[in-house]
Amino acid sequence: MPETKRRNAQNNVVMETRKLTKIFGGLTAVNEFDFRTHQGEIFSLIGPNGAGKTTVFNVVTGIYRPEEGQVIFSGEDITGRKPHQIVATGIARTFQNIRLFQNMTCLENIMAGQHCRGKKGLWSSVFSTAGQRKEERHIREVAESRLRQVGLERFRDDLAKNIPYGSQRMLEIARALATEPKLLVLDEPSSGLNAGETEVLMGFLRQLIEEEQLTILLIEHDMNVVMGISDWVAVMDEGRKIAEGLPEDIYNNPRVIEAYLGSDDDTVSEES
Amino acid sequence: MDAGTTTGYERFFGSRQAALFAVLGVFLVYPFLVDNYYIDIAFYFGIYALLGLSLNIVLGEVGLFDLGHAGFYAIGAYTTAILNTKLGIPILVLLPVSAIAAALFAYLVCSPIIHLRGDYLCIVTIGMGEIVRLALINNPFDLTGGPNGVYGIDFPSFGGPFVIDSSIEYYFLIWIIVAITILGLTRLQYSRIGRAWNFIREDEVAAGASGIDVRYYKLLAFVLGAALAGVAGNIYASKLMAVSPESFSFWESCMLFCIVLIGGMGSIPGILIGAAFISLFPEIFRPFAMYRMLIFGLVMILMMMFRPGGVWPRKRGTAEFSSLLSRMRKKNA
Repeated sequence: MPETKRRNAQNNVVMETRKLTKIFGGLTAVNEFDFRTHQGEIFSLIGPNGAGKTTVFNVVTGIYRPEEGQVIFSGEDITGRKPHQIVATGIARTFQNIRLFQNMTCLENIMAGQHCRGKKGLWSSVFSTAGQRKEERHIREVAESRLRQVGLERFRDDLAKNIPYGSQRMLEIARALATEPKLLVLDEPSSGLNAGETEVLMGFLRQLIEEEQLTILLIEHDMNVVMGISDWVAVMDEGRKIAEGLPEDIYNNPRVIEAYLGSDDDTVSEES
Repeated sequence: MDAGTTTGYERFFGSRQAALFAVLGVFLVYPFLVDNYYIDIAFYFGIYALLGLSLNIVLGEVGLFDLGHAGFYAIGAYTTAILNTKLGIPILVLLPVSAIAAALFAYLVCSPIIHLRGDYLCIVTIGMGEIVRLALINNPFDLTGGPNGVYGIDFPSFGGPFVIDSSIEYYFLIWIIVAITILGLTRLQYSRIGRAWNFIREDEVAAGASGIDVRYYKLLAFVLGAALAGVAGNIYASKLMAVSPESFSFWESCMLFCIVLIGGMGSIPGILIGAAFISLFPEIFRPFAMYRMLIFGLVMILMMMFRPGGVWPRKRGTAEFSSLLSRMRKKNA
């Protein structure tokens, strides 16, 4: 499998967590969780519902502050920084339940991503200085090119809430890409997509990894996606990492099967 | 960008240029056709337009419920009144001073409460507005004159014979300031700052995750909104020559809130319509003074039922403001 070759110990570690712990009240949602992603790979985080996957994402993107442990990004400790500061260091994310700026146009949504790369402030905007106009043009050009990249040019001036669900998913990814990230964090990008749209998404993510200096961190429930594009898979259950490895090894790992299906005979329906 | 495509806003400004110039013409001619009473009504329309625009930054652009905006207006008015009567500083010098005083006050008061959301923030701002009003009544350091307020405030003077002391001059003073404010705020709407405000209004978490410093932009909105309210306070104080606490009651904050709701959140033309409604309504319904508030309440209820987005909601397009202006210039040439 050519994809798995991307995971290479010599590649730089992009993100690493050390004994990450997040507690809500009495519930330990994430318990001493460690993982490492290497430059240029697609890293999938899987696990049953309530395993703490999204919490891990919320901690590494600054939405939650961990009780213990560290998040290291490009060799820098970013634990406890605010979301916008983390975006500026090069981590962009999407949400499980799409969070777009509903009453703004698709282009404006993507322009949000470029915000952190701009510098012009109040006065240059009020006086509309040459530098400010130049920066605005640049923001717009980047946004337009990201819009084309996800194939949504036709929705340029449509409000985000009015475009089809699948397109909203792609728009959210485009917004994340517009922040010029080194690490793209996608929380269940295929949820709610039909089989055809999921295929398109997988192709898009593969192409993205080939063409840009990116690393992708993925939460995914669809095993076809996980097995199809991941270079490395980590499995969570009840806040802990129970296994990690190549996709095919994970697929056959008895502990993983147990976590998903339960150890006794009551089977949980699952598509695979 | 590409010259071939036109967005909604460009079309809007292109086709309605004539209407825009007609409105400007009416504004220029109006004060020469009517007597002082009607000029004064138009002056107060201007004051409310400025206050509405200032609250619109906080409420309309960022979606923060601020029901204490009259507090900032009061700080501006009293800064002007006190410094002018006690120290004799000219009104026009106090214009920026009042703006800065109100902005500074907003910064100090809002810093600790800016993380509050929705109705919680709303309640705290009501408290803030009331504290300002009660402080003014209590006459701290013998500065504010208690319930009587401060009187004997000068007219704005450019030196020599150029003094703004008639209704018509005040009319032009306020509307020139409103025009400048509209220009500045329109430019902001088409900048990364204006967009950042709107992103926060639409989804605070997504805005943060897209790289927007939510706290900074919320505070900026409050500070800027307060500064403009301070400017309005300055002009109001010199026009009345006196200020007193009852002009800055909770009721006043409610009126400003209504301007933004009636007009349409984040819509500058909408704010002007809302301000017109609020300032002209009492005049039109003067014969039915008893039922005025009844009708007003009814109008608000019907508005919320049938046109919740306001009379003139902002249409979204991504036209650059500069390209929009240059398009207008080209057409005129």
